[in-house]
Amino acid sequence: MKINLTLKIRRQSGPDEKGQFRTYPSGPISTEISFLEMLDILNERLTREGEEPVAFDHDCREGICGTCGAVVNGIPHGPEKKTTLCQLHMRHFKEGDTLVIEPFRARALKLEKDLVVDRSAFDQIIREGGYVSVNTGSAPEANTIPVPQNTAEQAMNGAECIGCGACVAACPNASAMLFVGAKISQLALLPQGGPERSRRALAMVKKMDELGFGNCGNERECEAACPKGISIRNIARMNREFLRAAICSEEE
Amino acid sequence: MKLDAKIPGGPLAEKWDNHRFASKLVSPANRRKYEIIVVGSGLAGSSAAATLAEQGYRVKNFCLQDTPRRGHSIAAQGGINAAKNYQNDGDSIFRLFYDTIKGGDFRAREANVYRLAQISNRIIDQAVAQGVPFARDYGGQLANRSFGGAQVSRTFYARGQTGQQLLLGAYGALMRQVKQGGVEILARREMLELVTIEGEARGIVTRNLLTGETERHAAHAVVLATGGYGNVYFLSTNAMSSNVSAIWRAHKKGAGFANPSFVQIHPTCIPVHGEHQSKLTLMSESLRNDGRVWVPKTPGDKRPPNQIPEAERDYYLENKYPAFGNMVPRDVASRNAKEQCDLGKGVTETGLAVYLDFAGAIERNGAEAIRKKYGNLFEMYERITGRDPMRQPMTIYPAVHYTMGGLWVDYELMTTLPGLYALGEANFSDHGANRLGASALMQGLADGYFILPATIGNYLAGTSTDPVDPGREEFKQAERAAAERTDRLLTIKGKRTVDDFHKELGRIMWDHCGIARNCEGLEKAQTLITALREEFWNNLVVPGRGPDLNQSLERAGRVADFLEFAEMIVEDALAREESCGCHLREECRTEEHEPRRDDEHFSHVAVWEHRENERPRMNLEHLSFENVAPGRRSYK
Ligand SMILES: Cc1cc2nc3c(=O)[nH]c(=O)nc-3n(C[C@H](O)[C@H](O)[C@H](O)COP(=O)(O)OP(=O)(O)OC[C@H]3O[C@@H](n4cnc5c(N)ncnc54)[C@H](O)[C@@H]3O)c2cc1C
Ligand code: FES
Repeated sequence: MKINLTLKIRRQSGPDEKGQFRTYPSGPISTEISFLEMLDILNERLTREGEEPVAFDHDCREGICGTCGAVVNGIPHGPEKKTTLCQLHMRHFKEGDTLVIEPFRARALKLEKDLVVDRSAFDQIIREGGYVSVNTGSAPEANTIPVPQNTAEQAMNGAECIGCGACVAACPNASAMLFVGAKISQLALLPQGGPERSRRALAMVKKMDELGFGNCGNERECEAACPKGISIRNIARMNREFLRAAICSEEE
Repeated sequence: MKLDAKIPGGPLAEKWDNHRFASKLVSPANRRKYEIIVVGSGLAGSSAAATLAEQGYRVKNFCLQDTPRRGHSIAAQGGINAAKNYQNDGDSIFRLFYDTIKGGDFRAREANVYRLAQISNRIIDQAVAQGVPFARDYGGQLANRSFGGAQVSRTFYARGQTGQQLLLGAYGALMRQVKQGGVEILARREMLELVTIEGEARGIVTRNLLTGETERHAAHAVVLATGGYGNVYFLSTNAMSSNVSAIWRAHKKGAGFANPSFVQIHPTCIPVHGEHQSKLTLMSESLRNDGRVWVPKTPGDKRPPNQIPEAERDYYLENKYPAFGNMVPRDVASRNAKEQCDLGKGVTETGLAVYLDFAGAIERNGAEAIRKKYGNLFEMYERITGRDPMRQPMTIYPAVHYTMGGLWVDYELMTTLPGLYALGEANFSDHGANRLGASALMQGLADGYFILPATIGNYLAGTSTDPVDPGREEFKQAERAAAERTDRLLTIKGKRTVDDFHKELGRIMWDHCGIARNCEGLEKAQTLITALREEFWNNLVVPGRGPDLNQSLERAGRVADFLEFAEMIVEDALAREESCGCHLREECRTEEHEPRRDDEHFSHVAVWEHRENERPRMNLEHLSFENVAPGRRSYK
């Protein structure tokens, strides 16, 4: 089946330029294609017509690398639950729909061009302790660290985060707590994360604040927008880890 | 071109130890005087960069994406092999070695593969210590599943996201080194040139993808971990940015390129939906543990699958290969799917698909158990196709997936250019003519965590610690060459877009150098590629400017390289007049239509050498087998 849509896309030619919405007809497009393939078709047309194509980030197109992302009609990654933009398929739209497409915006995410944003703040947070400090070669035999199945599953629930930034874009306070909570939870649940538990929570939260991410106001918008369905229980766990470290530990 | 594989002496099981003992070491105090460039932050690149920095070297790590955590390895689904024998089902280092050599159809080096099997266990230890949440049994021990080409259960996995979890583990290790000052990350950078000084690799030229600036980076050694080149076929399961450019530029500076035509076509991908398809999605091989592959017995039978009675279905893999059944290696499964479709038994409107059916498994184990095992893969399938595999069989078809070919490396992972190393999918090393499932993650991490960090000292110990000067003429020249190429792409101002050319190239390659190849088709491909390349340089349109974020320009540079490289793939496929692994030459088949390998004439690695304005020259590394006899590879 083919449908025709109106695309209102926010264009901005550079970080310091002014942005504006431009409207493009999609032309007839197959409902079998993905959202990004629809943008590909638009870009091919713009290129042939001598206009600059819309810059947008993407790579795996399988919903796992976390590179893609835009706000579609007010919702990061668009209207389908638990679906990244690259996995959103056009069968979910109807003839005549208008789609407003904007980049992820937040104080800590700088806009580069059109729909491309800078998410390096996430790297800076992970750098502060989002890992277990173990040098290559010094690991014990793997099965000497048993982990209850349920614990491993819960850790995996946090570890699944793809770092796309939808949580930040969805949050009225531009908070990164779902992202940070997911990593802190994964490592706090596992025995391997134990020794650095306190230091990790303190350092990562500190960095998150420094970078200008806001606080959690319990709106749960992040959870609703997360393409991987990461639960806000991870934020609760992060808060607990932080408090525990701030009150009970010797770490600075 | 001199090809010395530097395989250490001694019995197979002791070679790696012998090598490490014989290697020169760099003292800890001297290590920080050496700078190493690592291009790529997939599994191979991040694990290497992190480990080298742990050892005390100064590392610069480059990637195309906005952060190292997104390298293409992140998409690996199914799992990673290791010879732990936790299931007590007869696995061993020797068996993993044997399966890999046999799976590769006896076209890989024994010594390398044995080392890989030896190291496999330590990778699992390392990943677990990093907090990679692998699947567990109820008792808290690590769980396993099986993959094609093996009769034991040796694959470790984290749901359907093993690559993601392993990569995030390596990325964590990398970020820890960034924090400690040992690694500098240069994201959104594309390597455009390799710089050699007096025949040794000493740096790279990159383009900053945000600003368009070209930059020079000098070092004492350069490590390429830039992944595979499957995107030369346009449609593949690879990430959109996967490319050949980095290793192609290195090839043009003197690095030999081995077995470029060894391209793995994965049997279980979601079939093509139409002309605007931008990539193909893999459905993990692990699905073949429980899914049964079939087509209707009668060609042209277009009834929906549930209306085709059992007796009228052809479970062709189970019938033809009773010992391995649905778990035959990938090349065998892909070839057979194509054969069935060529016979007119393919399903769906296009006739280019076969069924992968879970009904039996659901009946046997219950819907819940199957959903738990494959839930996220099923969801992905449904998101893309709108159909639920719990209710009707999946439809699948082969797609380009992995490249066994790559830069030739010796036992130390050094290319034919001194100081230049290649890791992971970018090298040719361990998988011969066909890679077994769950072995690429193993190889990438073996290369990065354990092998390169143990071998690079042997080279650096003989290299001056004086800093390399990026102001040297060689750097300026390379920078000029890169800038000129970019300018040329922007000034053609023709009519056809990059994607248009890329799609046409992909079609030529798939039609003539895909699952089955023959002399006539390959020769035709050569003519077509040459003509297309000519048109590309005369009729390409690239919008936008050079000093800017310009994604069309990025793609244009990559496609320009694919257009040169494709010709070498075809030449390699022509030269190999035998069928082995993924490489099926239709002229070389037995009476029963099975591939015929020719050990007498082709038990070698074909290594291509670049020559300016001349066709590349083929050099041979002969392969000898002392520990396994190259038998006929049978999965019956
Ligand atoms: C869908 C899918 C599923 C898979 N599943 C499995 C599995 O279950 N088990 C298994 O063992 N294998 C699997 N594989 C194969 C495996 O994932 C890859 O072979 C492996 O991850 C490659 O890792 P790598 O580190 O060599 O390269 P990649 O992960 O491809 O990384 C390449 C890196 O190089 C960078 N780069 C590339 N070119 C340049 C350049 N010019 N300049 C600068 N940087 C550059 C990129 O930014 C990236 O960081 C799968 C592959 C696919 C496509
Ligand atoms: S492109 Fe990788 S998640 Fe969308």
